[in-house]
Amino acid sequence: MAEITLEDIIKPENLVYKKTDLLTDKELSYCPGCGHGTAHRITMEVLEELGLEERTIGVAPVGCSVLAYEFMNIDMTQAAHGRAPAVATGIKRCWPDRIVFTYQGDGDLAAIGTAETIHACNRGEKIVIIFINNGIYGMTGGQMAPTTLPGMKSSTSPFGRDVETMGNPLKMTELVAQLPGTYFVSRQAVHSPAAVRRAKKAIKKAFENQRDNKPGLSFVEIVSNCNSGWKMTPIDANKWMEENMFPFFPLGDIKVDGQLVK
Amino acid sequence: MGELKLMKGNEALAEAAIRAGADAYFGYPITPQSEVIEYLMAEKPFDRTGMVVLQAESEIAAINMVYGAAGTGKKVMTSSSSPGISLKQEGLSYIAGAELPCLYANVVRGGPGLGTIQPSQADYFQSTKGGGHGDYRQIVLAPASVQEMSDFVKLGFELAFKYRIAVLILSDGVIGQMMEKVELFDQIPRLTDQEVIEKYPWATTGKKKGTERRIITSLDLDSLKMEAHNHHLQAKYKTISENEVRYELIDCDDAEYIIVAYGSSARISQKAVQLARKKGIKAGLFRLITLYPFPGKEMQQLCKKGVKGWLAVEMSAGQMVEDVMLSVKGCAKVEHYGRFGGIVHSPEEVLHALEEKIIGD
Repeated sequence: MAEITLEDIIKPENLVYKKTDLLTDKELSYCPGCGHGTAHRITMEVLEELGLEERTIGVAPVGCSVLAYEFMNIDMTQAAHGRAPAVATGIKRCWPDRIVFTYQGDGDLAAIGTAETIHACNRGEKIVIIFINNGIYGMTGGQMAPTTLPGMKSSTSPFGRDVETMGNPLKMTELVAQLPGTYFVSRQAVHSPAAVRRAKKAIKKAFENQRDNKPGLSFVEIVSNCNSGWKMTPIDANKWMEENMFPFFPLGDIKVDGQLVK
Repeated sequence: MGELKLMKGNEALAEAAIRAGADAYFGYPITPQSEVIEYLMAEKPFDRTGMVVLQAESEIAAINMVYGAAGTGKKVMTSSSSPGISLKQEGLSYIAGAELPCLYANVVRGGPGLGTIQPSQADYFQSTKGGGHGDYRQIVLAPASVQEMSDFVKLGFELAFKYRIAVLILSDGVIGQMMEKVELFDQIPRLTDQEVIEKYPWATTGKKKGTERRIITSLDLDSLKMEAHNHHLQAKYKTISENEVRYELIDCDDAEYIIVAYGSSARISQKAVQLARKKGIKAGLFRLITLYPFPGKEMQQLCKKGVKGWLAVEMSAGQMVEDVMLSVKGCAKVEHYGRFGGIVHSPEEVLHALEEKIIGD
């Protein structure tokens, strides 16, 4: 019996999964186990499936995903820290028929960019905001974020977040859902195959809303791990996220078609 | 001849923005320049030309809206006054790094801090030496009349796109608030989306299949590449300084003493020169139109013709005077005169300063 070689297996008819062309071949700068890679992938897959890539302009933030423009194979603008919703507003107002989205982390969106986030949502800018919440500043080395949980240790809360002196974590997603300018608000995760499917569905809904010129902004939070920042293995980080992050940041749709989910 | 109107400087600037074919204005109110956005909102430019006008939540948001829109090749601008311009510096540094064309106006008021709402020229350093972080420059145009508030919008956009750079119209509370006759230029049509795509291949307008994606960024983590990018920027600034110097000489042919001034100080100093001439003093006015690039070589040439003294007149504690000193390189005496903190000097005060500080010695 002849030996089976790789060439025998890798044939077009055997193809069950292919990386979308909307991701470049550049090696991701994210830590192994991090959720960013998956979030990038499903965002780009959605744009490809909806056939929107030729008229999409993405806005990259400052933070771990500052280099998102290196990985997303579409026209991209890199924004100053926290300013992505304002940058996206400028683009969308000048090109109303283009699809515009921001991709931001929690420090970018919920701390330094709080004003830009709330006002873009409140104006009902017809853009998509994808918000990766891992409860920590990853790129700068694990400092406390606006979404760091009470008691959670970070390099600037080495004895745990003391809410008396450091304040409480900010539930930005619940907050923007209250604004009349948001049309779709959802919180998802990408730590399991089922969660990835649900997250992709939410991101797809968000882009469909913009494509269909629905009145308002679509906002999708993805609760993610930061195993290196949390100083855990990827598996432990996902377990810790399920046990600690999800109770505080519950997953699911918060607002659909402009109506709060009861 | 274009349409004649009696307008405030701020209104002329706003009307010129519509006529220049601007695609968008993003602003935030602040005295003494709020008439710019008020005029634009009242004029409904969206109906006139399709121009977008948006009141942002802050000056920071406004300049970042400019950044985003400018990155797509659109003709966009903002305006503010001193404290608001300080807030825009972050965005302006990014605009410099990413080489985006845009226009903005500063109708300067007295500082520091919240200062006063009265006119000032104390933002010269911020305007000409960078303002934000990093090694960068921007073209600075200094209007001295309501007419120039209009004309420099057209010129400013031309220069911004010629060099992919931010152009600043550095006005002050006098020029912004005073009313004068202005001849408005005819409407320039806005570019269509297709024209923008063809004219500005660097702009992020949506990546077509089989083409390279466009990236607007000021970031490069490779220091050697960032050094090369900085060399590129410096070469561009050198080209600008060689080609875009603008100034006006009044009574300088036989002048022994020259007043250097810009904006409303130039208007006041022109009167001071007339008063000096009546007294038999051979005085002249070197009016700066571009503050960056600075007409240093032209000042050196006048030095060689035997100018005995220079008086830098500005509504600040002495900022532009440093560039005059650097330019004349000790060939003649250079002194500064100016009221500041919101006070405007009179022609008589300027003449007195010329006699006391320059001629008297």
